[in-house]
Amino acid sequence: MILSVRDLRVSFRTHDGPVRAIDGVSFDLGESEILGVVGESGSGKTVSLLAVMGLITDPNASIEGSIRYKGRELVGLPARELRRLRGNEIAMIFQDPMTALTPVYTIGWQIAEQIRAHRGLSKAKAMARVEELLAEVNFPNPHEAMSRYPHQLSGGMRQRAVIAMALSCDPTLLVADEPTTALDVTVQAGILDLVRKLRAKHKSAVVFITHDMGVVSELADRVMVMYAGRVVERGTRTELFSDPRHPYTRALLGSIPPLTGQKPRRLPAIPGSPPSLLLLPQGCAFGPRCPVRYEPCEADKPGLGNSAHAAACFRVAQA
Amino acid sequence: MIYAILRRFGQMLFVMFGISVIVFLIFFATPGADPAARIAGRNASPEVLAAVRHSFGFDQPLYVQYTRMMEKIFVTGDLTSFVNRGWKVVPAVMDSIPVTLSLVFGAAILWVVVSIIIGIVAAATRDSWLDKLLMALGLLGISMPVYWLGEVMNLITQSRYHDSWAFSWVPPLGYKNFSDDPKGWFLTLVIPWITLAILYIGIYGRVLRAAIIESMQEDYIRTARAKGLSETRILLRHALRTSLIAFVTLFGLDFGALVGGSALLTEVVFGLHGIGKLTYDALQNLDLPMIMATVMYASMFVVIANAVVDFVYILLDPRLRAS
Repeated sequence: MILSVRDLRVSFRTHDGPVRAIDGVSFDLGESEILGVVGESGSGKTVSLLAVMGLITDPNASIEGSIRYKGRELVGLPARELRRLRGNEIAMIFQDPMTALTPVYTIGWQIAEQIRAHRGLSKAKAMARVEELLAEVNFPNPHEAMSRYPHQLSGGMRQRAVIAMALSCDPTLLVADEPTTALDVTVQAGILDLVRKLRAKHKSAVVFITHDMGVVSELADRVMVMYAGRVVERGTRTELFSDPRHPYTRALLGSIPPLTGQKPRRLPAIPGSPPSLLLLPQGCAFGPRCPVRYEPCEADKPGLGNSAHAAACFRVAQA
Repeated sequence: MIYAILRRFGQMLFVMFGISVIVFLIFFATPGADPAARIAGRNASPEVLAAVRHSFGFDQPLYVQYTRMMEKIFVTGDLTSFVNRGWKVVPAVMDSIPVTLSLVFGAAILWVVVSIIIGIVAAATRDSWLDKLLMALGLLGISMPVYWLGEVMNLITQSRYHDSWAFSWVPPLGYKNFSDDPKGWFLTLVIPWITLAILYIGIYGRVLRAAIIESMQEDYIRTARAKGLSETRILLRHALRTSLIAFVTLFGLDFGALVGGSALLTEVVFGLHGIGKLTYDALQNLDLPMIMATVMYASMFVVIANAVVDFVYILLDPRLRAS
């Protein structure tokens, strides 16, 4: 097991009282496995992975639970130790390639900086490695690209540079936070292709955060659906797409336009909007928007259970 | 590149020409600003006024007066004072330049180094007692008028505590030429440097702290953290580097203005006969040739400082290199 997260809770102190952004998230990730994490904005998918990376720097945040990387507990690990893992064994790709690179340095310099931070390579050797990496992420002219500044590259190229940077130290675990959201569709396809190829070559396990069910269906081995800071359903990709159990998952899948058959006049949408984390209902957080809610949903929060394909819903438990 | 430099040079000349015309018009063509009346003194008879007017060439058309003055400043260099006839203006300016440059350069080095350190330390220890203390001191530095601070410095170092071990090294007020006496030059300038720099240390330290804290919120800082870099490296190589742009802008403006005569108060307090003092005296006497010469000199430094700032921008920010 590469990564094993148990009962992760992240809360922030705010002026309006404490906000629990992540409430009891647990998941496992095996070697070279791709886990898709799906959910709306604010569902806690990014925060939970930032917690794994140790990148929540807000002094008002508190992180509880257990995050084990190769059996080693990361919660409470000294910053120095964590830094040694970060960028080296655990790497991250961010959502917006336009702002993810420091504007005043060449991309070659920035990638080499990471290599040299973790490997005691000479400048020349680091640069040679950078050229290899850029070739690997399909830069047409890697040698020339090294001396380019971020503003001289297109969005897709920048995201490739960010990916090359993430891969520079052969990470065991790669966290990709909506890496395709800011890109147009053709570039998206290229990036997804790249992630798949790299997984095969570097044997990295990947956590792929997205709100796009289409991306999940193409890439993920297993899927975890999040809503209001909790996991509402998990399972393999096939299980989730052929037999969605949670009403939220079903609603998400229902809002994808079908490729075959008659086109619906209007795509079904989920009524209402995600709840504020400050004012969560006492029962199921999805309750107020749920088409199948009944009395038990008002009183208690449904648990996820232990089975491989599980949904946090009383209706499922009942069936 | 060469084209860009030439274009910049052309702009500089144009700006200086504009400034010279405006200053000239202010003193010669605004109603009530008759230089002849000032030179002739109060209650001068019309005959005397006419004589003065003729003798100084004020009865000629404006453009002739302007051209002559410019010719005498830039070509022949033998422009003489209206007030103290026979006193050559250009050498007087040339003599004051080293004084002002010594004062301002030294203070600038001091304030840039100290304020960068303060800005970094305050940003790194944000919201701690150290940060609050540094920012309070900065505010104090900004709030103290330089003439008052200078007098207090003089009071302490020249009279009250001059005989104590701490300040016995402070030489009497005035300027010593670097070429004659480098040690004396340095010692006489230490207190003026500190006095002038304190205000700017306060401003620049606060500006830099704010800029660094703003950059620390950027996405690329999160990327840098995800790369596993140390906090020090993130602060110095990523946040500071991108924060220096605001700092450089401010520096260009302040430095140009100071070299051009804004250091007047410091010069007066410490008995340094620099450009500021020269301009001030010339304004008191309405000594037009001297005013023209010092203004031309000041505008030259302001435009040069701005050109240098533009150049430093290009070094700092590769995004500006293409255009």
